Amino acid sequence: MARDYFYGYRRDNGRVGVRNHVLILPVDDISNACCEGVERLVFGTMALPHSYGRLQYGEDLDLHFRTLIGCGSNPNVAAVVVIGIEPGWTEKIVEGIAKTGKPVAGFHIEGRGELATIASASKTAQDFVKWSTEQQRVKAGIDELWVATKCGESDTTSGLGSCPTVGNLFDKFDAKGSTLCFGETTEITGGEHLCASRAATPDVAAKFMKVFQDYQDEVTRFKVDDLLDSQPSKGNKAGGLSTIEEKAFGNLEKIGRNCRYIDVLGPAETPEKGPGLYYMDTSSAAAECLTVQAAGGFVVHLFPTGQGNVVGNPIMPVVKLTANPLTARTMPEHIDLDVSDLLKRRMNIDQAGEALIDMTLRTCDGRYTCSETLRHREFSMTKLYRSA
Amino acid sequence: MEEPDFLVHHKGDTLGVVVVEGVKAGQTLTGWVMDADETTTVKVLADIPLGHKVALAAIDDGANVIEYGNNVGKAVEAIPVGGYVHYHNIKSNRW
Repeated sequence: MARDYFYGYRRDNGRVGVRNHVLILPVDDISNACCEGVERLVFGTMALPHSYGRLQYGEDLDLHFRTLIGCGSNPNVAAVVVIGIEPGWTEKIVEGIAKTGKPVAGFHIEGRGELATIASASKTAQDFVKWSTEQQRVKAGIDELWVATKCGESDTTSGLGSCPTVGNLFDKFDAKGSTLCFGETTEITGGEHLCASRAATPDVAAKFMKVFQDYQDEVTRFKVDDLLDSQPSKGNKAGGLSTIEEKAFGNLEKIGRNCRYIDVLGPAETPEKGPGLYYMDTSSAAAECLTVQAAGGFVVHLFPTGQGNVVGNPIMPVVKLTANPLTARTMPEHIDLDVSDLLKRRMNIDQAGEALIDMTLRTCDGRYTCSETLRHREFSMTKLYRSA
Repeated sequence: MEEPDFLVHHKGDTLGVVVVEGVKAGQTLTGWVMDADETTTVKVLADIPLGHKVALAAIDDGANVIEYGNNVGKAVEAIPVGGYVHYHNIKSNRW
């Protein structure tokens, strides 16, 4: 490995981030406009509008809070202004983020109106930006780096090239003590026994199989014939993938040959068992999956694509790679690393893995990814059921 | 072999993936079996786009198709050696 360190922002809780965002975080959909008002006034802030946060309950509400608190707590975030319609849930999110020790302040709109809320929240946001822009990057080892992966618009070149390239990096980073994450529960279908065999213990394997079967039951309950149009997707089929099983085996190439997952996380849960590989129960829809991975605390994302999924994330830089020479040629503004030489035997997986390590660490040091330069900030909540 | 026309994940797979553009019916292609690091050839019976698959063995109607050394679906019609394999002639065993 060329190097095993990067330069990032060390936060009060000890975690290291690779970006330095000041977030304006809406608690609920009706506070989006207020957050966007602050974003327009104060340079250096980023609002994260989303579609939910009202009348949710039970497990679905827990996931909503976990996602917002997790994203605010992510070490890529320096400071957070939280805005909600009312004080109760706003304060709950502020308190959750405050546990990290970072600057966070809450504002609510009821009783004072949006314009006054924008004014007071903007003053705080301005202070946060001035403070955050004085934070300096420091050297950190890759044992302090949290890396997530998910693939999208996959095709047969994903399983042949881009996914095993990520797997090569995962094997090397796992050996160095990084914290790693993969998921996409429905896209394991057909390869679930292979996935279960990569659990570190029988208990962890059983936990995975329960999560897998629960999602299968849910898909089976709601499916009609159009599932065959979604899994594999039309893009997958255009790229030559024929069945969900074929897609699953390609997908699982992302966890390499040696590393074993040490726990199974619910969506947006933070790992608590130390360094190693984690399975997270996620949707396979790109923006939803990346959002819960960011909420889990992962700071950089590796995204193999075949046909050219253009997704980004507001919190984690998304490093996109492809082994499809057509995609590399026709969509270069979306591709951070072209590993199509793998298909021509001009490069082997180990060399591709080294190239991805180099691009990942340069990205961690501050280089913008394609999706960052194109302002891709997809922030998509996972919703478990209808609001009340 | 310099640059292969198609790749095979595992020795024994009944499918190979075309990795070059412009493959036409009647061409004989050279393939690389990745796990065994061996070379193989097949004469294709149809035009096959980059990323799409060719049958490396005759597959009976209803028989499983093998890729990654694993069962990735079943044939819904008989597929000859060199045939174009996609969702028109193989289906998932799962949904």
